[in-house]
Formats: sequence, C-alpha cells, structure tokens
Amino acid sequence: MNWPSSWWPNYNTIVVLAGTSVLGAGAGLAGCFAVLRRRALLGDALAHAGLPGICLGFLVWQERSLPVMLCGALVTGLLGVLVVSLLRRYTRIKEDAAIGIVLSVFFAAGTSLSRFIQTGTTGGSRAGLDSYTLGAAAGMRAQDVYLIAGVSAACLLLIVACYKEFKVVAFDPGFARVQGWPAVALDLLLTALVAVMVVIGLPAVGVVLMAALLIIPAVAARFWTERLSGVLALSALMGAAIGSVGTALSSRFSLTPAGPVIVLVGAAVFFISMLAAPRRGILALRLSQSAFARRFAEQGVLGRVLAAEAEAGPIVDIDDRSTAAATRRLIAAQAVVRDAQGQLRLTVSGRRRAEQIVRGRRLWQQLFLNSPELAPLYADLDTESIDALLPPDLIQQLEAESSTAADDRSEAQ
Amino acid sequence: MSDAIGFFDEHQIAIWTIAAGALSNACCAIIGCFLVLRRMSLLGDAISHSVLPGIVVSFLLAGRAPLPMFLAAITIGLLTAFCTQSLVSFAKVPEDASMGVVFTSLFALGVFLLTNLARDVDLDPKCVLLGYIELVPLNMTDFGPWSVPSDVLTLSAVLVATLAFVLLLWKELKIASFDPALASAMGLSATLVHYLLMAMVALVAVAAFQSVGSVLVVAMLIVPAATAHLLTDRLDRMVVIAVLVGVVSAVAGYFGDAWLDATVSGMMALAAGAQFALAVLFAPRHGLLAKALAKFGLTLRIVGEDVIATLYRAEEPADQHAPEPGMAWGQCARAAGGGMAAWLAIVANWLGGDVSWLGHGRICLSAYGRRRAASLVRAHRLWEAYLGEHFQLPLDHLHAPAERLEHYLGPQLQQNLESELHTPMTDPHGRVIPPGGPRAADL
Repeated sequence: MNWPSSWWPNYNTIVVLAGTSVLGAGAGLAGCFAVLRRRALLGDALAHAGLPGICLGFLVWQERSLPVMLCGALVTGLLGVLVVSLLRRYTRIKEDAAIGIVLSVFFAAGTSLSRFIQTGTTGGSRAGLDSYTLGAAAGMRAQDVYLIAGVSAACLLLIVACYKEFKVVAFDPGFARVQGWPAVALDLLLTALVAVMVVIGLPAVGVVLMAALLIIPAVAARFWTERLSGVLALSALMGAAIGSVGTALSSRFSLTPAGPVIVLVGAAVFFISMLAAPRRGILALRLSQSAFARRFAEQGVLGRVLAAEAEAGPIVDIDDRSTAAATRRLIAAQAVVRDAQGQLRLTVSGRRRAEQIVRGRRLWQQLFLNSPELAPLYADLDTESIDALLPPDLIQQLEAESSTAADDRSEAQ
Repeated sequence: MSDAIGFFDEHQIAIWTIAAGALSNACCAIIGCFLVLRRMSLLGDAISHSVLPGIVVSFLLAGRAPLPMFLAAITIGLLTAFCTQSLVSFAKVPEDASMGVVFTSLFALGVFLLTNLARDVDLDPKCVLLGYIELVPLNMTDFGPWSVPSDVLTLSAVLVATLAFVLLLWKELKIASFDPALASAMGLSATLVHYLLMAMVALVAVAAFQSVGSVLVVAMLIVPAATAHLLTDRLDRMVVIAVLVGVVSAVAGYFGDAWLDATVSGMMALAAGAQFALAVLFAPRHGLLAKALAKFGLTLRIVGEDVIATLYRAEEPADQHAPEPGMAWGQCARAAGGGMAAWLAIVANWLGGDVSWLGHGRICLSAYGRRRAASLVRAHRLWEAYLGEHFQLPLDHLHAPAERLEHYLGPQLQQNLESELHTPMTDPHGRVIPPGGPRAADL
C-alpha cells in the first residue's frame, strides 16, 4: 500500500480516517459498559469467537459481502458468550477458564475454516479472510464507513434512550431487579451492544486486538471523571482520537496493518491518563497522599504543643525528622513561634487551630465509639474539617456525649 | 526391528510433527492445570499473547537461538503479571480491564515490530500467530548418533524443566492453588510461587508458540487442564489426564489436518475442544449426563417413597372396614405428585418388589414394601411430633416440612427422635406412629 508522502491526505485516507475514528467512538461508548460490568475480557472472547462466523458467512454467501460476514460473526460471537455463561452455570468450570476455552477453540475453528476455504476451490483468496486476524483498516471502503457510522449512531441512540436503565444495571443489577426493572433483558441488551460494536470493528482491527479498542478508551476515560455521562463522552472522544491518530500515523509512515498502531496509540493515551489525570491519576494520588501526610504531621505537632502548654508548660522541639519538617512549616505559617529558650509556643491563630484539632479528635473518637461500623466511610479522619464532614445536629450530639463521658472519667478519678 | 525402522523412516515427518505437538501440549497442559485451579486462566491468556514482543526482539537480535528467546519471553511474561497487578493496586483499575489493557498493548507492540521491523527477517507473521509445526521436521540437528529436529530437542528440554519445576514445588503449588491464605499463613510466599508460575507460563508459551502459534497457546494451556478438571478431583490425576488430553490433541490434530487440509495448530485446538465437550457431557461425576442421571435417580427414589407412603396411608383405615384392598394406580400416582416421574416410580417400585399388582389397575404394598413404607410414615409423623413439641407451629404447618424430611431420616435418627419425645404413640394430628425397631417386623 503506497500512501502519498505529503501531509495532505487523499480520498482513501480520509475514508479510512473517518471509519476508524467513528469505530473508535462507538467502541469507546460500548466499552464503558463492558468495563463497568467487569466484562472486559468477554469482549475479547466475543471478538475471537467472531472469526468462524466470518468464514461461515463467506461459505454461505459464496462471495465477499461484508454485512453477511459480519452477521455470521455476530451469531458465532453471541454463541460464544452463550457457551461461556452455560459452562459457568452448569459445570464446575469457572468463568475465566470458560472465556479462555471459548476464545481459543472458536478462534481455532476460525483459522481452520479460513485455511479450508482458501485451499478449497471456491476462490476464497478473494475473501481476504486472513486480514480478519490482524485487521486491514486500509482496505476500508466508503460503504463500510457508512455501516460503521450507522451502527455507532444506533448504539449512541440506544444509550441515550435507555441511559437511566443502563446506568442502574451497570452499577447495581441487584438493585435494578428489586426495583422491578427487566434487569436480565437490559443486561442482554448491553451485551448485544458490545457484541455489535466488536463485530463491526473486526475488519479494521482484527479479532486479536479488537478488545483493546473496547477496553482502553473506557479505562483511560475513567481516570478523568467520576460521572458515567462524563466517562461515556470522554471515552467516545478518546476512542475517536485514538482511531484517527493511529490511522494517520500508520498511513503517514506506511506502517501496516493499522490495528497495532491504533492500539499502541491507545496504550499511550492510557499511560498518560494513568499518570496525569487530576484526581485519580497516580501523580495526583501521590501528591494528595503526601499533602495529607504533611497536614497530619502538622496536626500532631500542634496537638502536642497544646497538651504540653496545658500541663507543664512549653516543650522543647521534638527531635524527629518528620515532625521537624512539620514544625518548620508551622513556624513559617506563624502557627507556633520559638521563644528565647528555643521552646515552641502557640500563637493566637495556632492555638485556635490546635483547639479545633483536639476537639475534632474527641468527636471522631466519640462517633466511632458509638458506631464503629462507620469508620470505613470516614477513612480520612481530618480533625480540622469535622464540621464540614458531619451534619451539625450530629456534632451537637457528639459534643454532649463526649463531655458527659469526660465528666464520668473525672468523677471516677 | 527392521520393520520398525522402515516404518519410522517412511513416516518420519508425521512422527516428528506429532512428537513436537505432543511435547509442547504436554508442557502447556501441566502448567495449565495450576492456572485453571488458581482461576488465572486469563492471565495465562494474557502472557501467551504478550510474550510476542519478547520473541520478536530476541529474533531480531539473536536469530532462532532458543535461549535468548526464552529469557526475553520470561522477562516480558513477568512484566505482564507485574503490570497487571500494579494497575490493580496503584491505579485502581478493575483486574480484567487491567489485564486487557496490558496484554493487548504488548501484543500490539509485538505485531507492530513483527510486521514493520522484522520484514526482512524470515519471520512470517502468520507463522508466529498460527504456528509452523509443519516446518519442524525440516530443521534437523545431530543429537548423538541420531538426527533429531532441533525444535523437538528444545521442547524436550522445556518439558524436563516443566516437570522439574512441578515436581520440586509440588507441595507449594498445591497449597498455593487451593488455599493461598493457608500458604501465606504457613510462611510460604504465595507471591513468589505466583511469579515463578508466571515465569513458567511464559516459558511454555514461547516453547509452544512454534507449534501452535501465539494465539492458540492459550488453547493448549487451558482446554486440556479444564477437561481434566471435569474428570477428576485429585491434583496428580488431573495433571496426568491433562497431559494425555494434550497428547491426544496432537495426534488428532495431525490427522485432522491431513484429512481436512486445514492447519495442524487449529485442528489440535479443535481436538482439545472436542475432548472438552465430551468431558462436559459425559464426565463420570461432573458431567452434565451424570448430573442429570443422579438428579433423575433422586427424583425417582423420592417419588417412589411417596408412592409407597401413599399406599400405606390408604391401607390404614382398612382395619375397620375395607371395601377393596390396594389402590387404583392412577389415583396413587396423582397422590404422589403425578406426572411422568410418578408413573416411572410405580414401575420402579414394582420392579423393586415394594408393590404388587392386584389386577384391574389396582396396586398394593408387598410385605417388604410395607416395612419400608412404615419406616417412612414413622419418620414423617415423628418429625411432625417433634416440630409440634418444640416449635409451636400450627397444625397445618407440620405436614410440608415433614414431607420433605421423611426421605432423609434413617433408623438411628428416628430412634433419637423417639427417645427425645418419650416414645409418643400418635403424631399431633392424632394418627398412629408406626412402631420402629424389633416391633416393626410384626407389621
């Protein structure tokens, strides 16, 4: 395939670019639900199981008709999913092994059928069946793009129409059933959605790598936002970007087939998202962890200085690397000052903060004494922002309880 | 002897091809057993895909030399397992999605290198994906006095390494497979065992990719092991059966290819799949047929017991005024739940000597059947009495649980119930509880 080496793409390139970007968007949409339902690898099995269907479609129709072959792929792909769920339900084979078995045996049937067709007398070499293993995006024609665009648009419409239902089923199928939604039917609809998107992607990226187009945009988008609608939109955008950039790179530098290039671009997008996403990215997580640790150390120092001042007067600086750094920061923030003897004393604002910290500690303690099962909900025990985290009436109640508890303690002494 | 040598010479290609397939399938099957048991089949799938870039890079740098290839593949295999785990723990990605991201990316990298950098090297993408076992006999080397395909030598070495790994770490693998928590508690590093196993997966994946191709390695890893898992409950037998299934697949794959002119690798995987399907249907304990038969047998026993209990209850008032002995068998079948099962159960009871025919479509209990029925009715009424005594249930709530439990209360439990209740004569409905023990013989 000789692409012109100018940066201005020709007609064929534009067709392929349009096709792969729309495909990426559609797969990104469908993939969100696959990933949410923990069915990412079922998509892989589906893609592999589509191969024999493509060959059967060719055998039945006797010529290369994309819709017929894709219908064949859809049938065998769904058959594969059915076999996975039957094996899981009626035998001792677990889901992972069932997926592996279906994936490999169906794929083997596909390669055998494809070889059988190509060595036979039916003129199968014209079918280009080999290209379905790794895909051949460059061979995409305008009518293929219309097909992909039509199916993707239908998927989008379906998701918009059944947004609420899909959301409930994706996050909490048990709740959906209890609420009287047709949970099983909706789940099947979601599976069918994934299946259709996988199948129309097979000619472009091939059975082995189709799962990547489904999984990567969804997982990458998940780093950037917490809302399903946001994940869906971003995943579709990322899918489109991955598809078009991958295709563009592949055509500009004559790297064929395009499938692996697209997936590698996806891997890069995933990697960047994983590192740089603002809240869930690894860098952001590290930063917020260390900020929390610093804050925690400062609170510890303030609390100790306050306790020391209340009992025996000011304390000498604590000779410990972590608290020393915290102390330096507190001095810089003018929460504590060093007096002439080098001892730490609270400033007015520091005292206010320290008292708030001690109060927060007392209230959290009281809360978890009352209801220890709540502890995981308030895992980051920020003693200073307790008023923002708990409702005011609960705070009042805790205040009352903890002061009577303190009275009891002093009486006992 | 000379005949044997003549046969060998004549079929040398077939024999070496089958030997290569059998050896690589055996390696995969052994390691696959632990993957299946540890529910990590898909990590095996992922590693078998992701070793591809390792293979390609080593091929570009060192040609067909097996040792660099194994080292590269083991490195990449461990990297896959490690990255998957890190994505789960550090980036909070769900496990299956993390696996999907890692292995598709690495596989894409492999295909990219293969199709774009390795163009000039004789490494055909199709051969890497689908295997080139047909080419094994073409590349012979001398091994002592014999001339042996070099791939067969490599595969034999890998098989020896696999066997050594499994036999040396048998106990550790077993504990870590069935009870990872216990393994950790006993001070055995489950993580170390995990990564060793992953390294072995990568090793056999590379060894096998020559014969079945990198995509179908997973078939030979998982399918024979899953087949064996259906056939036995013991780990040692499972490994042996999995190896047998792998070897049978190699033989069947070769002849299937010769017959249908497809590919050896595809036919091997299909042969394994066919054996798996047979095991799903016909496995002695876990097969669908065996399960259906066991269920049917249980149904027949319970309905048959309901039939004789019905006949017994029909006989009871017969002491005072009996118009006719026995019961119409249609009526009896309906009383015992009706349907096909009830009719079959009556026939089975007749064959078992519990029931005799009276003619005119009527049946009655034989002496033997009456003793069994008395025991059942006794169990039923004792349980009703027990429930009535200890649980203060209303009278109409006693029958249903007793009807279910009567089939499972043996003589010992009946005796315990009786002594617990101080040998009651009647149940809460006022019906006589048939006597048990030696007095039952008087019936």
